[in-house]
Amino acid sequence: MSLRSRVVERVMGALFLGCGALSVLTTVGIVVVLATQSLGFFSDVSPLEFLAGARWSPDLAPRSFGILPLLNGTLLIAAGALLVALPVGLATAVYLSEYASRRTKRIVKPALEILAGIPTVVYGYFAVAFVTPILRAVFPAAGVFNAASAALVVGIMILPMVSSLSEDALSAVPRSLREAAYSLGATRFEVSTRIVVPAGLPGIAASFILAVSRAIAETMVVTLAAGATPRMTLDLLESVQTMTAYIVQASLGDAPSGTVEYRTLFAVGLFLFLITLALNLLSQRLIGRFREIHP
Amino acid sequence: MNPGAAPPRGGRFEPRVAARRRAGVRFKWLCRFAVAFAVASLLVLLVHILATGLPTLSPDFLVTFPSRFPDRAGIRSAILGSLWLLTLVAAMSFPLGVGAAVYLEEYAPRNRLTNLLQTNIANLAGVPSIVYGLLGLAVFVRFLSLERSLLAGAATLSLLVLPLVIIAAREAIRAVPDSLREAAYALGATRWQAIRHHVLPAALPGILSGTILALSRAGGETAPLLIIGALTFIAFDPVSVMDPFTVLPIQIFNWTADPREEFHALAAGAIVVLLGVLLLMNAAAILIRNRYER
Repeated sequence: MSLRSRVVERVMGALFLGCGALSVLTTVGIVVVLATQSLGFFSDVSPLEFLAGARWSPDLAPRSFGILPLLNGTLLIAAGALLVALPVGLATAVYLSEYASRRTKRIVKPALEILAGIPTVVYGYFAVAFVTPILRAVFPAAGVFNAASAALVVGIMILPMVSSLSEDALSAVPRSLREAAYSLGATRFEVSTRIVVPAGLPGIAASFILAVSRAIAETMVVTLAAGATPRMTLDLLESVQTMTAYIVQASLGDAPSGTVEYRTLFAVGLFLFLITLALNLLSQRLIGRFREIHP
Repeated sequence: MNPGAAPPRGGRFEPRVAARRRAGVRFKWLCRFAVAFAVASLLVLLVHILATGLPTLSPDFLVTFPSRFPDRAGIRSAILGSLWLLTLVAAMSFPLGVGAAVYLEEYAPRNRLTNLLQTNIANLAGVPSIVYGLLGLAVFVRFLSLERSLLAGAATLSLLVLPLVIIAAREAIRAVPDSLREAAYALGATRWQAIRHHVLPAALPGILSGTILALSRAGGETAPLLIIGALTFIAFDPVSVMDPFTVLPIQIFNWTADPREEFHALAAGAIVVLLGVLLLMNAAAILIRNRYER
């Protein structure tokens, strides 16, 4: 090998390694940024107040940094969204994997892919301009901003993910299991619900957990449709604020570095990051286990 | 059979075929209803947006700047900003993503460190986009003092889509048959020469279509750009990467958040444009993939 190509070899190898290392650097960057700013935050606010306080008022005196109202808003909307996305997504997956003809699949699957590719801000617009007015006509008690509209639309938004991942799990269930059940005289309904769904359960569970993670991380729909009122409530017709919506609202205010307002952003961000990371890791483990059972 | 014998434990087996069939039919309809709900949601969303947005679309709407007055507002700065931003994101994420993919597929030894790298990329793909916004705010906007520039926005979005580019590029590179590499080595090519002249050209269509899909994701992102402070009134054409900017999703957010109904129609018009652009990008990606596959 000539000297020149040996040098080129070395340089290219190092360059590629550098590109790979950038992804590690990104992770390190996220952790360092969230952790250092949060440390600053927790030198001003006790972690106990942050995690257990039931009043969130970071701007208005008397200031109070209890994250529970934001968590309440996040979980309320996530729960409402899952109420839509999980049953509809799973039923869609079962239909596509066990019942649908090729022709039906050819229509439904691209439709789901289009739904999955629509930007979240478009869903936000849909919630504000279409769903909320209808909801308010049906339930006069509903506010201009309400959790129900956001929850319904977030549910529609994460539905394609649930159905496509669940369908993957159901399709991976070996044919022999189905045929064994049919040969014993089971109906298609029984094969679907008692053989295929239980066998695909780890994969289905993984898709459900990812859906929870997506619903918690969702930002644009909740910011636009659910409003900005941190509140401890289970009433879907009221306005609430989620953790993500708070981060958007506060960052629009352009807080200078080093202030409590600025650091609060990152403390809430860290909380959000840890929750979604835990859910994603759990989901990955379930998928890994599922692949071991049905390679 | 002995008619006097006791029936088997738990009662005699009753096929109850009719009842089970009925349950099956009910279940099938339930599933059909779910599918119909999903498809109907898409249709309602698209029809509503087209019905509201199409009437606002006009050549003027595309080439005028935003305004406080709905009948004079347009999306010129948003379209230009989106074009600038996507070009920059492509210029950053494509080489970096392909480089990382080449490393993982062609260079990386099989050890725990490589494993860690892979897990890390998978996890990065699941980090909420708003967290990337916080990273961009702290690192690019404040620490590197890029302010609310196109460069800061593009760098933030590049980090966001990088895992997607890497994953797509790895798949494309992995699909290149080993015989190609071995033929190159047999003729005395070095590793880089084999990659440069054989592996990358063969994998290029797959890499390109994956990158375009990642870019279409970047083109629809709103939250991270809001966090880094891109929600500003822009009534001029950006001329350098250090200029402040707005993009279509931000303009849509801005108009949707406005309580006045007239602005909602403008938002719908901007959405039609955005969805049109994203649809074209997706179509291009599918076309490239179908055309060059095999």
